[in-house]
This record gives sequence, C-alpha cells and structure tokens, in this order.
Amino acid sequence: MSAAEPISSLPAAAADLRVTLGHDRPIRLDCGIELNHVTVAYSTYGRLNADRSNAILICHALTGDHHVADPHPITGKPGWWSPLVGPGRLFDTDRYFVICSNVLGGCMGTTGPAEINPATGKPWGLSFPVITIGDMVEVQARLIDHFGIAQLFCVVGGSMGGMQVLEWAHAHPERVFAAIPIATAARHSAQNIAFNEVGRQAIMADPDWCEGDYHSHDTRPKRGLAVARMAAHITYLSEPALHQKFGRNLQNRDEITYGFDADFQVESYLRHQGSTFVDRFDANSYLYITRAMDYFDLAGENGGVLANAFRGTPSRFCVISFTSDWLFPTPESRAVVHALNAVAASVSFVEIRSDKGHDAFLLDEPEFHATLAGFLDAAAAHRGLPPSPARRIER
Amino acid sequence: MMMMVNGALRVDLKLIAEMIEPGARVLDVGCGEGALLDWLGRHRDVDGRGIELSMAGVSAAVAHGLSVIQGDADTDLKDYPSGAFDYVILSQTLQATHEPRRVLENMLRIGRRAIVSFPNFGHWRVRAHLLFRGTMPVTDTLAYQWYDTPNIHFCTIRDFLDLCRDLAVRVDKSIALDRDGRVVPLPRVAGIANLFADQALFVLSRDPAGGE
Repeated sequence: MSAAEPISSLPAAAADLRVTLGHDRPIRLDCGIELNHVTVAYSTYGRLNADRSNAILICHALTGDHHVADPHPITGKPGWWSPLVGPGRLFDTDRYFVICSNVLGGCMGTTGPAEINPATGKPWGLSFPVITIGDMVEVQARLIDHFGIAQLFCVVGGSMGGMQVLEWAHAHPERVFAAIPIATAARHSAQNIAFNEVGRQAIMADPDWCEGDYHSHDTRPKRGLAVARMAAHITYLSEPALHQKFGRNLQNRDEITYGFDADFQVESYLRHQGSTFVDRFDANSYLYITRAMDYFDLAGENGGVLANAFRGTPSRFCVISFTSDWLFPTPESRAVVHALNAVAASVSFVEIRSDKGHDAFLLDEPEFHATLAGFLDAAAAHRGLPPSPARRIER
Repeated sequence: MMMMVNGALRVDLKLIAEMIEPGARVLDVGCGEGALLDWLGRHRDVDGRGIELSMAGVSAAVAHGLSVIQGDADTDLKDYPSGAFDYVILSQTLQATHEPRRVLENMLRIGRRAIVSFPNFGHWRVRAHLLFRGTMPVTDTLAYQWYDTPNIHFCTIRDFLDLCRDLAVRVDKSIALDRDGRVVPLPRVAGIANLFADQALFVLSRDPAGGE
C-alpha cells in the first residue's frame, strides 16, 4: 500500500493495486459519516503522459470491478471490457492511461461491508454506512488526486458506471474533458428501484444472511444472492435475446418432467448465472450498491431541474443508449440529452440498434464501438492529444 | 459514405457553408451524416452541433467525430436556450416537419439567424403536372409518391413569405435554386421566383419592428 500523497513519478500499467486514502483529509459521505481510511483497489493500463492529460477513468457497473482488462482473480475470465482496452484497441493503451477502480462499497478490495472495519477489527457488515453514487465518485476523485491528475481526458461507463460518469460531470465539471454515459439514467426509475428491492428482499429472506452478520456465523446467504442475481439478470437481457438464445428449448431432456427441475434451458441458464455469481460477490455489497443506485437522482438534487446539474459544463458528452434496453431505456438517455441541450453543452447522442438488451454495452456491437471510437478521436484532437497511428494513415 | 473528406460538398450546402463566418455557433437541423458540419469544422473553425432523425446518419456523424444527437426538428428544438447559436440551419427538411411554423419560431428563438431551404411547390412544372395530369407531382426534387412521401407540409415561396410576415421574421436574403441546388439568376420579384425556382433558400432573422 502506498500513502495518499500525490505520486510524483508517472504511474504505469499495473493490475490490482491498493491505495489507502483519507488519512490527511477524511472522506465525508452524503450520509454525514466521515471515513479516514478508505482502501481502493484499482488497475491501470498504459502510461500517463508528461502533462498528465491522457487519463481515461472507466467506471464499472453494479456487479463489475476494476479488472476491466486483466483476468478476474476468482473466475479466471478475461476482464469485463478487455476487447476494448489494450494496445491498438478502442481505449488504446498506447495513447491513453486507463484507470479503473472498484467502487466504494464493492467487494473486490475497495472498502465495503465485506472488508474489515479498522476500528473494530471485524467485517463492517451492516455497520457500514449507506453510500451514494456521489460517495463513489468522491473516492474516485481522491484516487485521481493521488495520481496528480488535474483533469481526466475522459470518464466513461455503462449502467451504474454511467451514473458515475454523470455524477463526475456534475460534481467535477472542470476535471472532465469528455464524458461518455452509456445505457444509463440521471435518476433510478421506480421500476428499477422495484427490481433492486426484489433482489435485496431475496438476500434478506435467506436465513444464512443472519441479519447481515453472516461473516461471524461462518456462512453466506448464497441462495438469496443467487435469486437476486437471477432476477436482475433477466433485466439485463431482452425478450428477443432470450427467445433467440433459448426459446422453449428443454435442458438435456426430450420431454417436460412434470416437476420443478430446470426443464427449460432458460431456467438452467439463470440457475447457473445465480450460482456462479455468489462465488465472486458479497451479498451485503449487493445491498449497499443497489441502494446507492436507488438514491441516485441528479435532477432531485438540483431543484428538480436536470439541466441545473450541468449548467456551465465545459465537458463534451457522448450519450449512448440501446434500442432493446428496457432497464435503462432510451428516453432516460434522451432526458439527459435534453438537459445538456438546455445548457447548450457539446453533446452527441446515438441510440444503437441492438436486440441484446441492457448488456449490449458489454458485448460486441460494431456500431457502438465505431461511435465510441469516433467520439474519442475527435475529443482527443480537441484536447490536443496526438492522433492514433491508424488515424494518421487515413488522413 | 457521403462524408467527403476532401471538401466536395453538395452544391446547396456549399452555398450555405459560405454564408457562415469563421468561429460561428452553428446548429444543423437534419444534418444527415454531417457533411456540412464536417466542412464547417475544417474550413470555418466551427464547432457545430447537429440533429438528425436517422440512426444511420447519426452513427456515421458521431463516428466521424461530430457533435450530433438523434432527434428531430419538431421535438428537440424546444430544449435549447434562446440565442444559443448564430445560425440554425434547416436544409430541405421544413416540408417534412409536423409543425413547420413552430419549428421556424424555435429556430429564430435559439438562433440569431435561420437558414432555411425547401423545394418550391409553386414551380411551373409542379403546377403543370397537377393541372394537366391531375395527379400529385413527382419530380426530381420531389421524388416520392404521395403515399410514401416523408414530405407532409409542402409550401410555395409565396406561402413561405406569408408565414415569415405572420411571424414578423425579417428576410435578409432569398436565393432561387435550380433542381441541382445551383443559384438561378431570377429577377427579384417573388412571383417570378415562385414560378421558376425549383428550390428556395432564405436567410432569416428576428425583426422586432415586424415584417419586411
């Protein structure tokens, strides 16, 4: 672990590091509680340039983490956005210094309910303060301070990551040159709060949850967390995607069994999603992070007028949604675009045609990637960053 | 792809482009793949904005690095603050809007000037078509059958000037174009232009005194 002072040398690529922040200046959370010992787990890719102007912060979604382009330590799977991050890739690590950190409240190394409370020597559990998207961004801002970066070239993220992007643009406009909120919203809808509540109730109904104190009972609410994941996973897909992938196909059998086994492939798939999720995610983290999403309401925090959240913004925005996303449908993105128009911000907005639902932002969608690439290149030119080698040849 | 990196621009767009002074704030409504914005960026140092209805057009424009949003003139102009732009451009799109009058009002609210071009339904060929054939005119500039046309609010040059008068809009410039978008030298008499111009292009501004 390193100290919280800004580092003087230029940081280079390194996966899964830790830094502890808040010693010198406690981090004050929206709930009023102050934390003076926040550990942040993060990965970086590429190299920060001499004037520290080429940094891209990638914000992860609800169940994501900082392993954006390195293998996940538990599942061994490639990083969740690894096709997009690397040398010569969309987030070209030959050009950009890419940072991704596990959010506050997470369970992959950043301070959260599963981590040890330094004051008690025991896991925080439900004594962990309730956090917000704003708190997550504040911790990220401290990490960026630690790197000695005054302004990020770009902040990008999908879903809850997109909420963080919007919060960054709102709370630190001068520190965000370009912002890319993807498949997200400026406030969590009633329907989404409802889905989150189903997930939380599933966890809390599991006797192994032990009122949140499962760590001291040497158990984990696996069944509840699995059900929460199964319910949520449906919202990440779309009816056509489910139909195409599974239809009414039966799982390893020729006939229905007149029982409650996983007769259908879609059941088997969801059960698998649920059971593998519990190996890598903490149930209390799930409660806290979904709550943070529920509380997110940029308009509400700004007198009910979303445009007020962005008044005077100098950032360039690229808002992206997907046609089949019913968790964060296009009208949510359009509301952000209208607010940005109302303050005459520089904004691009594309609705990408895809039948893959909300998860489209994690998948191979060529038109989505072309949009990202075009926006990034243009922003880089405006920022005075050197063009990519491919671009140089084209011109 | 219609984006022309080497600077060739559709004739009527070139005409518009050359009216824009360097560094101006420009909103191109119905910008397609952004050819005009691209040209203005390269030649006039304009960091312009665009609105386009088609998903393919928006994708191409944004992938090319332009600030373009998916939307349309009817629904997306009302959000912009007054006076946000020096020029709001509506090229060959007015006749496809649901509420052309409100679109024009919004253009002149958010822009210091509006540049509007549209196909002239008063052209003699259109009149002759209706008179002699008795069917809805299908011409090079108006190439759709009545049942599949996106053009729902046709007008003639005279209609348009009447609307400008109603809206107390000042006509700073009016140009008659042929079907390829080239300027046709016609006498400055509205009736003549209305008969012989395939297309018309107007530069408008708000006139507190009212009317021309």
